[in-house]
Amino acid sequence: MNLLHELRMALRLLMRDFRAGELTLIVVAVIIAVAGVTTVGFFTDRVQLALNRQANQLLGADLVISHDRALPTEMVQEAQRRQLSVTQMLRFPSMAVFGDKNVLADIKVVAAGYPLRGEVRIADKLYGEERRAIGVPAPGTAWVDERILSQLGVAIGEKIAIGNNNLSIAAIMTQEPDAAVGFINAGPRVMVNEADLAATGLVQTGSRIGYRLQIAGSADAVDDYREWVVAQMRPGQRIEGIRDARPEIRSALERAEKFLNIAALVSVLLAAMAIALAARRFLQRHLDACAMMRCLGASQGQLMRLYFVHFALLGLAASVIGCVIGALAQQALAYWLGSLVAVDLPRASLMPLVQGVVTGLALLLSFALPPIIALGRVPTMRVLRRDLGTPGGFGVAGYLLGYAVIAGMIFWKASDVRLGTFVVIGFTGAMVVAGLASWLLLKMLSGLRNSGISWRFGIANLRRRPLGTIVQVIALGLGLMALLTLTLIRNDLLNAWQASLPADAPNRFLVNIQDDQVAPLKRFFAERKVAEPAMHPMIRGRLVKINERSVSAAAYADERAKRQIEREFNLSWAASLPKDNRILSGQWWPERGALPGQFSMEDGIALRLGVNLNDKLTFDIAGTPVSATVTSLRKVDWDSFNVNFFMIAPPGLLEGQPVSYVTSFYLPPRNGEMLTALIKQFPNLLVIDVAQVMAQVQKMITQVAKAIQFVFLFTLLAGLVVFYAAIASTQDDRIQQAAIMRTLGASRAQLTRAHLAEFAVTGALAGLIAAAGASGLGYVLAVKVLNLSYNFSPLAWMAGVVLGSVGVAIAGYLGTRRVLATPPMLVLRELA
Amino acid sequence: MPETPATPAIKTLIEVSQLGKEVTTGNTSLTILQGVSFTIAAGEAVAVVGVSGSGKSTLLALMAGLDTASTGSVRIAGQDLFALDEDGRASLRGRTMGFVFQSFQLLASMTALENVMVPLELAGVENGKVAATALLQRVGLGERLNHYPKQLSGGEQQRVAIARAFVKSPAILLADEPTGNLDATTGGQIIDLMFELNRERNTTLILVTHDEKLSARCGRVIRLAGGRLQ
Repeated sequence: MNLLHELRMALRLLMRDFRAGELTLIVVAVIIAVAGVTTVGFFTDRVQLALNRQANQLLGADLVISHDRALPTEMVQEAQRRQLSVTQMLRFPSMAVFGDKNVLADIKVVAAGYPLRGEVRIADKLYGEERRAIGVPAPGTAWVDERILSQLGVAIGEKIAIGNNNLSIAAIMTQEPDAAVGFINAGPRVMVNEADLAATGLVQTGSRIGYRLQIAGSADAVDDYREWVVAQMRPGQRIEGIRDARPEIRSALERAEKFLNIAALVSVLLAAMAIALAARRFLQRHLDACAMMRCLGASQGQLMRLYFVHFALLGLAASVIGCVIGALAQQALAYWLGSLVAVDLPRASLMPLVQGVVTGLALLLSFALPPIIALGRVPTMRVLRRDLGTPGGFGVAGYLLGYAVIAGMIFWKASDVRLGTFVVIGFTGAMVVAGLASWLLLKMLSGLRNSGISWRFGIANLRRRPLGTIVQVIALGLGLMALLTLTLIRNDLLNAWQASLPADAPNRFLVNIQDDQVAPLKRFFAERKVAEPAMHPMIRGRLVKINERSVSAAAYADERAKRQIEREFNLSWAASLPKDNRILSGQWWPERGALPGQFSMEDGIALRLGVNLNDKLTFDIAGTPVSATVTSLRKVDWDSFNVNFFMIAPPGLLEGQPVSYVTSFYLPPRNGEMLTALIKQFPNLLVIDVAQVMAQVQKMITQVAKAIQFVFLFTLLAGLVVFYAAIASTQDDRIQQAAIMRTLGASRAQLTRAHLAEFAVTGALAGLIAAAGASGLGYVLAVKVLNLSYNFSPLAWMAGVVLGSVGVAIAGYLGTRRVLATPPMLVLRELA
Repeated sequence: MPETPATPAIKTLIEVSQLGKEVTTGNTSLTILQGVSFTIAAGEAVAVVGVSGSGKSTLLALMAGLDTASTGSVRIAGQDLFALDEDGRASLRGRTMGFVFQSFQLLASMTALENVMVPLELAGVENGKVAATALLQRVGLGERLNHYPKQLSGGEQQRVAIARAFVKSPAILLADEPTGNLDATTGGQIIDLMFELNRERNTTLILVTHDEKLSARCGRVIRLAGGRLQ
């Protein structure tokens, strides 16, 4: 038989099986897996890109090049040549004068096109309704923040002097996208049009002006331009993009990615389970057909080829449907989230579709392979003797390919060895433990055999096919585990994440607090009923040696490493480990009596600078060298917005060095007067405003939580499919047994009770396993992967057992009810 | 096709020689068939009879190459069945044999028409629909082409199985208790149909049965008892 003919025959077999409803379960499982993966694929491709862009709003662009001199025109021309959006901005401190009052303001000079990303929001009166600003201030006008109004006592429409130019106040600025850049924005802000710059007369040699060239465009074009511009850069010029985004944002994005990937992974795992079960059932229902075809002259190879092509075509068709659903789902999601993201979502690439089809085919073919092999090897004698049983498809070894495919997929999707390893080991372990536990529990059930006939029949049914029961319990357990994780643990995790950044988390940092200002500052807060903020000592020092080797920026290829070496480090000391820090290696010192010669270093910076545990670091602190050994590496939750340090020493090492203090506090919105009073009383303090960065992170968390709920819908569906597949896997056998029992005189009520007993026991076993699994999974995900604290939910255990026994009993009852109402002869004939 | 009387045995089609089958379970071995030899000529109708457990079905399975023998040989048109491998036997079956079983063995996911088309499709015959439809009409199921097995009565299912057995006009038709699952009236109709088709197509018929009345309709009877020829 030639290939084309075989293909046609496989297609016909496929159509016939499909029409007869033999493939529904497999198709649904593949569709769900593919739709889940594709939707998440589009997420990473599209929404995440948008979230990145949203992070870019903090820069006001995708890329910013800054310098304290005017940037070369070639940089602008090159960006324009590459069809990128470009705008230039200047920033400098200057006095803003109104009558006899003046204040040192932060002047921002903008040109048409600003901001390239994000938005400026303005209001027409103090605390009035704010709106998105269109364009930039008109020439001759300025937009100012509330502090200008309160400190100068000026009103909208009146004129303030900036240098030699008088500008009329046209609006109050409530939000600027790049307000937080560099965090040095202590002064009240004034935004003016570039046309008014020359008239101020402030741009002169020696003026402290920061020039910023803002670039935006497609991700690829921006990357290419970045590559070009890095080669052109001179000392002192800096480049910032999303890759250099603030650690708070990066950290939040990484968590979001992990959540999404976990959701997709769990649905793939569940779908694989459902496919394996459904393919096994397909095998059992097709053994006779294949034996008959062998009888009619089909060779082993021919049968295997036919069914391989059959499944490949099925996988392809189901994958395409899954992709279409994924594409539609992400469209709906994009529409829904689009209004929240407030930037245009970039177009998706075709990559998620390719990923979807590959996933569907790989899943189906790897898990259908053992049944296909078994179908090819069916003994022809089965046409005469049905009791010949099921031929092996290389047993457990047959599923090794499927296992490898799943493991590979997990590592690919997790794109994180740690996460991938957790999931693979976790699920493998869970399956083995669940298998052993259900085997043990099944053994223990034999004690119940002395009870009534219904129980005895039900339990006997479970014990009659121990392997089938164990597989069923594991599958039901996994399905239930997914449901529990989704309903209970997911909320715990998301709540823990949201709780990690409460609404009243510190949103202002105070830097440069002198020793003698600590007590008055505490009083200042106490008078205003603000909780006393913790004061963290801060010493500035330059890293000069790693072990005995002198450190120079030139030795590092990484831009950020270079910058870090050129800048001074902020060092601090502490007796106990800050609460949002976690030791990755080494040991934190004891609270009392710590040896002074130690440093604890943040692991990211250690990696970037090539510092290892036990390396000796030397800092130059105001001309004095201070050396100590790195005795621990820490992971810092930057998105906690607490004060954190790259380098911490135990008390004793740094005391006596020139120290200042840093603290953070929560400033409620519309409380500008408190800030004004603070600056008035402590004019040397630098106030760093992280409110916008925080708001951005909080908004991202909320959005991502919604996105995850949506993606988890696929996981939920996959869980239900596994549930159904597990019940269906033993259904034919149960139906046949019931028919035989009916012919022997068993009443419907007796059989119903027997089935309920069987299902309830199976469900309870599965529920126990599911609760243990879900709690374990929740703990590992929270503590090990997402760095959140986690509390065990006793509800999960109760829900597991109750949901398991009741749910499985109801589902099983519905599945067998029809059969009990059918004359037994009809059932036996159908199954014959 | 005009009815032609069964031609006398001119040419040997099946040659069974010293055929034996033994199965071992644990330490005990059981002889199911021993030293069975006979020949069947092309066009003959032969009944294999015996009580339950006499080895009838095993003999049929060995003659069809569905199972392998412990001793002896089966030659189909001169070809030693057991010299072929599993796939070779499947191919020979596909070319020369048709089957009718007690339990019908229809493919549940296929309609009557599709069930009859399968042997043609496996052999790579294009447009098998015409032949399959004609044969189903011949067995009186012209109105039920698109019904699934479970929508057909036992007698109707066996008619589909007969159509499937004859669709490739095989040289040999092997039937294993074809009326075993049917009531007497339906069984009688099925047997009439099988013999009619057998005559029309000049097929060699081997019929396994324990029904003496049925065996009497065959030209020759082979009796088995305890795995041996009587």
